[in-house]
Amino acid sequence: MKFSEQWLREWVNPDIGSQALMDQITMAGLEVDGAEPVAESFEGVIVAEVTECEQHPNADKLQVCHVNTGTETVQVVCGAPNARAGIKVALATVGGVLPGDFKIKKAKLRQVESHGMLCSEKELGLSDNHEGILELAEDAPVGEDLRDVLGLNDLAIEVDLTPNRADCLSIAGIAREVGVLNQTPVSATDLKPVAPVHDDTFPVTLEDTAGCPRYAGRVLNNVNVAAQSPIWMVERLRRSGIRSIDPVVDVTNYVMLELGQPLHGFDLDRLKGGIVVRRAKTGEKLELLDGQTIDLTDDVLLITDGNGPLAMAGVMGGEQSGVNTDTRRVFLESAFFAPIEIAGRARQYGLHTDASHRFERGVDPSLQESAVERATQLLMDICGAEPGPLVVEEDRSQLPEPAKIELSADTATSSLGLNIDVAEIERILTGLGFEVSASGEGRWAVTAPSWRFDMEIEADLIEEIARIYGYNRLPVTVPKAALGPRGRAEQKVSTDLLVDRLASLGYQEAITYSFVEPGLQAAMFPKEHGIELANPISADMSVMRVSLWPGLLKAVSHNLNRQQERVRLFETGLRFRATDNGTEQVPMLAGIATGSRLPKGWYETGEALDFFDVKGDVEQVLGLIKGVGFEFVPGQHSALHPGQCARIERNGKLVGYIGALHPNQARQLEIKQPTFMFELRLDKVLKAELPSFTPLSRYPASTRDLAVVVDEDTPVSELVNSVREKAGEDLENLTLFDIYRGKGIDSQRKSVALGLTWQNPSRTLTDDEINNLMDSIITTLQTRFDAALRS
Amino acid sequence: MDTLSQLHSRALEAVRNAGNPQELEDLRVRFLGKKGEITAQLKGLGALSPEERPAAGAKINEVKTAVADAISARKAELEEQALAAKVAQEKIDVTQPGRRQSLGGLHPITQTLRRMDSFFTNIGYDVALGPEIEDDYHNFEALNIPSHHPARAMHDTFYFDAGTLLRTHTSPVQVRTMEHQEPPIRVICPGRVYRCDSDLTHTPMFHQMEGLLVDTEVSFADLKGTVEEFLRVFFEKELAVRFRPSYFPFTEPSAEVDIECVICGGDGCRVCSHTGWLEVMGCGMVHPNVLEASKVDSTRYQGFAFGMGVERLAMLRYGVNDLRLFFENDLKFLRQFN
Repeated sequence: MKFSEQWLREWVNPDIGSQALMDQITMAGLEVDGAEPVAESFEGVIVAEVTECEQHPNADKLQVCHVNTGTETVQVVCGAPNARAGIKVALATVGGVLPGDFKIKKAKLRQVESHGMLCSEKELGLSDNHEGILELAEDAPVGEDLRDVLGLNDLAIEVDLTPNRADCLSIAGIAREVGVLNQTPVSATDLKPVAPVHDDTFPVTLEDTAGCPRYAGRVLNNVNVAAQSPIWMVERLRRSGIRSIDPVVDVTNYVMLELGQPLHGFDLDRLKGGIVVRRAKTGEKLELLDGQTIDLTDDVLLITDGNGPLAMAGVMGGEQSGVNTDTRRVFLESAFFAPIEIAGRARQYGLHTDASHRFERGVDPSLQESAVERATQLLMDICGAEPGPLVVEEDRSQLPEPAKIELSADTATSSLGLNIDVAEIERILTGLGFEVSASGEGRWAVTAPSWRFDMEIEADLIEEIARIYGYNRLPVTVPKAALGPRGRAEQKVSTDLLVDRLASLGYQEAITYSFVEPGLQAAMFPKEHGIELANPISADMSVMRVSLWPGLLKAVSHNLNRQQERVRLFETGLRFRATDNGTEQVPMLAGIATGSRLPKGWYETGEALDFFDVKGDVEQVLGLIKGVGFEFVPGQHSALHPGQCARIERNGKLVGYIGALHPNQARQLEIKQPTFMFELRLDKVLKAELPSFTPLSRYPASTRDLAVVVDEDTPVSELVNSVREKAGEDLENLTLFDIYRGKGIDSQRKSVALGLTWQNPSRTLTDDEINNLMDSIITTLQTRFDAALRS
Repeated sequence: MDTLSQLHSRALEAVRNAGNPQELEDLRVRFLGKKGEITAQLKGLGALSPEERPAAGAKINEVKTAVADAISARKAELEEQALAAKVAQEKIDVTQPGRRQSLGGLHPITQTLRRMDSFFTNIGYDVALGPEIEDDYHNFEALNIPSHHPARAMHDTFYFDAGTLLRTHTSPVQVRTMEHQEPPIRVICPGRVYRCDSDLTHTPMFHQMEGLLVDTEVSFADLKGTVEEFLRVFFEKELAVRFRPSYFPFTEPSAEVDIECVICGGDGCRVCSHTGWLEVMGCGMVHPNVLEASKVDSTRYQGFAFGMGVERLAMLRYGVNDLRLFFENDLKFLRQFN
C-alpha cells in the first residue's frame, strides 16, 4: 500500500514530522518500506495562463505564447502540441531551476525571445509523460507556486502490510491506526447518501451467497467519460502508483484507496438481462480486461449476465463489459466476496490485482453502500453522472459475524509480563473500533469491528494492546526454568567431532544444494531412484540427491576450473531416496580429494595423492568412534573405479564407500586428475563403545617378524585376519610393516611382512609357546593363501 | 733429561696446543699414563734419600695435578668450541614455511550455526533435527496455515506432490518435538530450508534456526529477554534491539526483530537501506492453535518461538555481501573463514 502523506494528514494530522510518523506506523506493525518525494526538486515554477498563442514565424512546430503570470504577461516559445490559449499551465520562470539543476534563462529561439518555459510532467519529474505540457485545472490560481498548488512537498509512503492487515489497505484504515497511536481525532470523508434523480435499476441475483453474500449496485446515466479526472485525484492516484485511465476507472480506484472497497464499473448498455453471481461452469471462458482469455473451472466465482461471464468476481473485470470511450451508462458494483472464495483464484490464473489482493485478505462487509455513495458523488462531480437508486442484494446469514472475544486483564498481564492499566486497554481497543463492555472485574466482552478479519482469540486482542502500547515499552525478562539434569550418552559421537577431524586433515567444508542435476546423478547412480521436484527452480536443480557426491563433484569442478589444482572438500547432510517404505532421509558425511598429497612447497614436489591417503583420512575419522572396528572390503560401486573401490563395513554391515572416481564420470566432468571420494552413513557410524580397561602386564613381551609371499589378489586384510585368528589371545600388537613387489618375487605375487608382539598379563611366554603359535600361523597361511615363507 | 719445571712447562704447552679431544687423550697418556713422563718422575723418587723424598714427591704431585687440571680445562674448552661449531652449522632459516597438510576448515554457515547453538544449549535448550522432505501437515496445517491462507503465498514452496514438499522453515521440527515431548520444552531446530526463489538476495536453499520454549509461565517479556541476550552475545556488542509488531500464522502476538545496523552503527548505510536498522528474525508467542494441534494444553502452557536466517546473520557478522557465495563452494571464499 502506497499513499500520499498529505492525503493521510487530511484524515488525521498528528503534530509530528514525517519521519516520526513513519517510524510510528512501522512500530505499530505497518512496516514502512520506503518513502520518496512525490516530485523531484524544482523551484521558480508557477501557475500561469496562456492568453494568446500564435505560430512561430521561423519554425513550423513552435508556437509563441503570451502567458499571464499574475503580475505581467511574458512571451514564451513552446513546442508542445497542446499549447493553446485559455489553458492553465506550469511556467518555469526565468531564474527558476528544474530537476537535474536545469536553470531557466532568457533565451532566443529562432530569433524570438522566450522568457521561461512551459513544462511537461516529465520536465517537472512528476512522471514519464512528455506528450505535451502539463494542463492544470481551470481553477488553478495564477501566479501561485506550482509546488504549493499541487501539494508537491509531499512524500509517497509505501507500507508493506502483513496478510492479516487488510484493514489498512486504505487511507481510512491507516488513518484509524495513526489516530489511536496519537490519540488524535480522525476526520472521515463525508459519506452522505446521494439523492437518486431517476428510477433506473439493474437486477442482481446472488446464486452463490456463500461466495457473494452482499452486492450493492447503482445505475448511473449520462456519464461523460470524456471528462478529465481532476488533477488532485490524478495526483493522489499517481502517488499511490496508479495511472489515470478514465474518470470512471479513476474514481473506482480512488475510492478503493480511500476506503478499501474495490469497485467495478460496467458499461450498462453492454449488459443483458441482469447480474447473476454464481460459480463458473467447467468449459466457460472469459476474456479479461488485460486481453487474455482464460478457461474457467467450477471453483471460480463469476459475475455474469444473460450473455455469460462478465468478470472474475473480486479479481478482474471482462474486456467486453468494461467502461470504454462510448460508455454513457454505468452500472457500479460494490460487493463483498468471501475471502476463502477469492483466495488462491488470482494466483491460480497467474493474476494479481488490487482487488484480489484486498478481497482475499478481507474487505469490510459493511462498507459496500458507503463506497458506492462516495463513488457516485465523485462521478456526479466529475462526469455529470445521474444516479439511480442504490440497490443492495444480500444474504445476511452468510456475512461474516464480528468476532466476540472474552478478554481478561490477568491473561494480558501474564502474557505480556506487564500490568497494563485497564483504562488504557479500553482506550486502545475502543480506538481501534472494538466494542468493549465490562463483564466483570478486569474482564471484558469484546466485539471486533467488521473490518478486522484477524480477530479470533484472546491472544489477538492482547497483540492489539501490545502493539498500540508499544512492543518496545514492554518489559524485558529472562525465562525461569528448573535446572533439571541433562545427560549425554558417552557412546554417542557427535558429527562435529568427525568434521573437526576432517578439517584438521585439510578438508574444507562445502554446502551444496540438496537438489542436483538429474543427468550426472543418474550416470553415477543408475539404479537409484532420485525423487523429482514437481516445480524445480531449474532443470539442473530438479531432483533430490541420493548421495552427497554429485554436489561435491560439481564443487570440485568449479574449483579445478578456477586454477585450483588441489581440492579437498567434505559435506554433511541428508540424502534422499524413494524406497518401498516411503522416503528415506539419511544423514551422510562425504568427502572428496584431488591434487597433490601435500601442498606444493620447498619440501614437496607435489606427488599426487592416492587411494591410501584418502583411506588414511577416513581411518582417522572412523578412529574417533572408540572401540569399533571398521573393515574395508573390496567392493563395486557404479560411481567408483572398479579396481579402487571398497565397501566400508561395521560388523559386516555396509556403512559407506570409498574409492577413486570412476573414469567414465571423470571424463564426463572433465576431471583429468585422480580423484577419490568417500561417503559414510552417519546413522550407522556414530555409536561408539565405552573404553574397557585391561591390566598392564609387568612381564616381557616377545616379538617375531614374519614375511610371506602370496598372490597379488590376496587381500592383505584377510591375511592379517587369519594371522590374528591363529595368534592366540596373548597377541598384543600386529603391524604390517612392509609390502614388497619386484625383484626376487614372482610378478603375480607380493611379499607381505608382519610384526607380531605377544605379552601375557601374568607370566613370561616361553620360546616354545611362541614358536608353536608361529608354526600354526604359517601352516594356516600356506593352506589358505598358498603363502610361501620368504627367507 | 728435563728438569721437573721444564717438564711442567712442556706439558702445559702441549695441552694448550691440543686441537681436539683425541690429542688431549694422547697427552694425558703421555704425561699422566702408567708409563707417562710425570708418572716416571714419581717412579724415580726411589733413588732419593728418605729425607728428600717427601718434598720432591710433593713437587711432582703438584705438577701432576696442574697438568691434569689443564687437560680438563682444555677438554671443556674444546667441547664448548665443538658445540658452538655444531650449533653454528645447524642454523636453519626459521622463516621457511612449515611442512604440513593444508589447512581445512568449516563452512561459515556451520561456524555461525555453532555459535548460535552454543548460546542456546548453554542455557538449557536441546537441539532437534527433522526431515527436510516434509508433509503438508507439519509444514503448514499444524502451524495454523490452512491451505487457502494468504501466508502460503509468502512461502514459495517446492512440492513433490500435493501433500509432500521441501520444508519452507524448520518450524515443523518444533511441531514434531511437541508431538513427542511433554512440556517443559526448550529446543532449537537448525537446518536447511527451501523456497522456490532465486535471485540476487534469495537462494532456493538456505539455513534457519528456530527455537521453541513451552512452559507454564512464559511471557512476551521472556521472549524479548531471550532474543536480546542472544543478539548481543552473537554480535558481541551492546547493540540496540527493537521489536516490531508483525504477523505469522503460528504466533500471536508476533514480532519482527531489528538490530541497530552492525555496519554503520545505526547512522544509515546501504546495507540497512539508510534506516539504521536490520531485520534479523521473527518471533512471537506460540499460537494456541499450534499448541493444541500438537496436543499441548494451551490453557496450561504458553510458549514462545523465534526463527532466524543463518546466512543473514553470517553475512552481517563477517561482512559477506553476496548470499550466493555461500553455495558456490569456491575455495577462495571458504578459506577466508579458516
